[in-house]
Amino acid sequence: MLGLYLHRDSPIHRLGAGVKMGGLLAATLLVLALPGAVGALGAGLSGLFALWLAKLPLGRVLRELRAPVLMLGLLFGVQALVAGTGWADTLAAVARFAALILLATLVTLTTKVAAMVDLFERVFAILRPLGVNPAKLALMLALTIRFIPLLAEQVREVRMAQQARGVERSIAALFVPLLVKILRLADDLTAALDARGYDPTDDARPGTSPNDAVGPNNKEAQPPC
Amino acid sequence: MLTTRDLVLSALFAALVAGLGMAPPIPLGFLPVPITAQSLGVMLAGALLGAKRGGLALLLFVLLVAAGLPLLAGGRGGIGVILGPSGGFILAFPVGAFVTGLLAERFATGANPLRLFAVCVAGGILAVYAGGIPWLSVVAGMPLEKAVTAMVAFIPGDLIKAGVAAAAAAAVRRAGVLPTAHA
Repeated sequence: MLGLYLHRDSPIHRLGAGVKMGGLLAATLLVLALPGAVGALGAGLSGLFALWLAKLPLGRVLRELRAPVLMLGLLFGVQALVAGTGWADTLAAVARFAALILLATLVTLTTKVAAMVDLFERVFAILRPLGVNPAKLALMLALTIRFIPLLAEQVREVRMAQQARGVERSIAALFVPLLVKILRLADDLTAALDARGYDPTDDARPGTSPNDAVGPNNKEAQPPC
Repeated sequence: MLTTRDLVLSALFAALVAGLGMAPPIPLGFLPVPITAQSLGVMLAGALLGAKRGGLALLLFVLLVAAGLPLLAGGRGGIGVILGPSGGFILAFPVGAFVTGLLAERFATGANPLRLFAVCVAGGILAVYAGGIPWLSVVAGMPLEKAVTAMVAFIPGDLIKAGVAAAAAAAVRRAGVLPTAHA
C-alpha cells in the first residue's frame, strides 16, 4: 500500500508527524485569524520556503495542487463574473486557502503514512477517559490497510464477471455479490481473530503473539507505506 | 461496546469505500456521465451496518485519507484535500453514514427499498451536504446561498446513488446474510 509520501533527505522530512500536524493546525488558525491578504501572503511564502527546504520536485507538488486549485479558481471565476463587486475580497479568501492547501500537501508528501497513523493513535489515546479504546482503533486501522488491496481486487473481479455476463450496467449485479462476499469475509475474519484469542474487552494492545496474522504489531511485516 | 465482529465489519467497509474509489467509474445507461461510487459507500455502510459501525467505518476511511493514502476517487488524498473546497464533504462522510444508520435502525429495518431510499437521502445527501456546503462557502469565500446553488448540479447524481444504495441494501437484506445490528 503506497501512500503519497515522497522520500527525500531533508530537515522537513525528519520532523516528527506531531510537530508538522501541530504546525499546520497553528498555521491554519493563524491564517484564518489574520486579514485575508496578509494570511495568504504569509502562508504562501512559508509554504514556498518549506517546499525549498523539503527538496521536493515542483512538478509532483503542482500535480497534487492542481485539482483543488482548479476548483477554487473556477469558483472564484464564477463569483467574480456573477457578483462583480467585492472580487478582491474573494480573491484574498481563495488565495488564503490555496496557500493552506500547499502547506497541507507538503505535510502529506513529507510524512510517512505509518507515522501519521501512529500520531492519530496517540491523539485518540487522550480520549481514553471518554471510552475510546486506542488499541481497537489501531487494530481496525491495520485491518483496513490490509484489506484495501483485497477489496479493490474484489470490486474489479465482480465487475469483470458482470461484463462477461453482459450485465455491467446493472448496479444490483455489481453490489449484491460484492456485499455478500464482504459479509462472508467478515464472518471468517471474526472467527480467525477469536481463534487467536483476541478479546475485545481487553484494553491491552492485541497481537502480542508472533503468530498473530492481523495484530497491529504485525505492521512491520507489511510493505512500507 | 464493540465486539470483534463490529471491528471487522467497520474495517472491511472502510476498505470497501477505498476499493470503490480505485475502481473506474460505473457507466449508467441513462446518464451521460459515469458515476463514482465512493459516496455510495457512505449510504451502504450506514444502511447495512447501522449507525455505530457505519460511522466508524467512514471515520477509519477519513483517517486513512488524512494520513496520506490516495484513497479518494482519482487517487487523491492527504490533508490538503481535507483543507480544500471539497474537504467538508469528506469530513462529513462519517456523520452521513452515522445518520443513515440511525434512521435505518428506526425507520427502515426491513427490505423496503422506498424506506431505505428515504434514509439514504437523509443521511447520505442531506447530512453530507450540511457539512460540505458551509465548508465550501468558507474555503471558496462565497456566500452560503451561492454555495448551496453551486451544489444543485450534484443532486441528480446523488439521488441516483441513493436509489442504487437503497436497491442494493434491500437486496442484501432479502438475501439474509446481514449481521443483526445487536449481534
